[in-house]
Amino acid sequence: MKTYLPLLIVLALASAYGFWWKRKQGAIRSNKAIPGHRLDAGVLGEALGSRATMVQFSSAFCTPCRATHSLLSQMVISMADVKHIHIDAESHLELVRELDIRSTPTTLFINKDGVEVGRAAGTPKREQVLVALAAIS
Amino acid sequence: MSEILEKPEVQKIYIDARGPRFSASITAIVLATALVTHNVWVLVAQGLIFLVGATAGPQFTPYGLLFKNLIKPRLKKEAPTEDVRPPKFAQSVGLIFALVGIFGAVVDRGLIFTVATAFALAAAFLNAAFNYCLGCEMYLLLVRFRSK
Repeated sequence: MKTYLPLLIVLALASAYGFWWKRKQGAIRSNKAIPGHRLDAGVLGEALGSRATMVQFSSAFCTPCRATHSLLSQMVISMADVKHIHIDAESHLELVRELDIRSTPTTLFINKDGVEVGRAAGTPKREQVLVALAAIS
Repeated sequence: MSEILEKPEVQKIYIDARGPRFSASITAIVLATALVTHNVWVLVAQGLIFLVGATAGPQFTPYGLLFKNLIKPRLKKEAPTEDVRPPKFAQSVGLIFALVGIFGAVVDRGLIFTVATAFALAAAFLNAAFNYCLGCEMYLLLVRFRSK
C-alpha cells in the first residue's frame, strides 16, 4: 500500500520550519532579555568589558559554536573596551535557566552594567555584531 | 577560556563537515522510501545504520564510507572540518526514532510507525537542505528537562 500524503506533509512542514529557522539564525534580537536580570563577574567568572561584553553559551553537540567562538574572539582583539566570555551551557544550567537559553550557540550582548541589550541564537554575521556593539554606549 | 571545546579528557576527532550532510541526504531518501512504501524493513536497515553512526561514529556508516571513498576524492575545495560529536548526537536521535517506529510497526496498525519515521525524515531533511544542527537545538533543552 503506497501513500505519498505523509511524505508531502513532512516535507512541507519541515521546509516551512527550515526557512523560518534559517532566517532567525544569527539575528540579534533585543526582546528576549529577562527584565531586571544583571550579569556580573561573580557569575561569569571573568570581569566584564569596560563598555560591552559578548557572553557566548556553547555545548559539545554544536557545530556552529566553534565558528561563533572564532569569529567573536577574533573580533574583540581589536576592541579594547569589549570582551568575549565563553561559557559551557551544560555546566551552568542554573544560569541557563535564569536567562532562558534554549539552544547553542546563544550570545548575549551586555552593557557595562551587565544588562542584556540583545541576544543572537546561531552564528551572527560580523556586520550584525558590529551594529549591535555600536549601539551599546 | 573555551573549556567546552577543548576539554582535555575528551578525545577530539574532527571529520570532513560535508560527510554528515551527504549522509543526511541519503538518509532522507531512505526514510522517505520507508514512509511511502510503509515497509518496516527499510526502517530496520536505516536503524542499523543509525546504530553504527551513534556508536562508532557517522564516518563509519556505509554512507560515510561512500562519501569518503567515492565523493570526497572528487571534491576539489579544501575540506571544512567539524567535531564528530554533533553528527554523532544526531545519529543517536535518529536511532531512537527508528526504534520507536519499528516498535510501532510491531504493536499497532501503523500510526506510530508513520509518525516516528516522519520525525526522523524531517530531521534528516532539515540537516541535508538547511544544514540544520539538531544538537544545537535539542541538546540543551534535553539537559534542562532531565535535570529539573
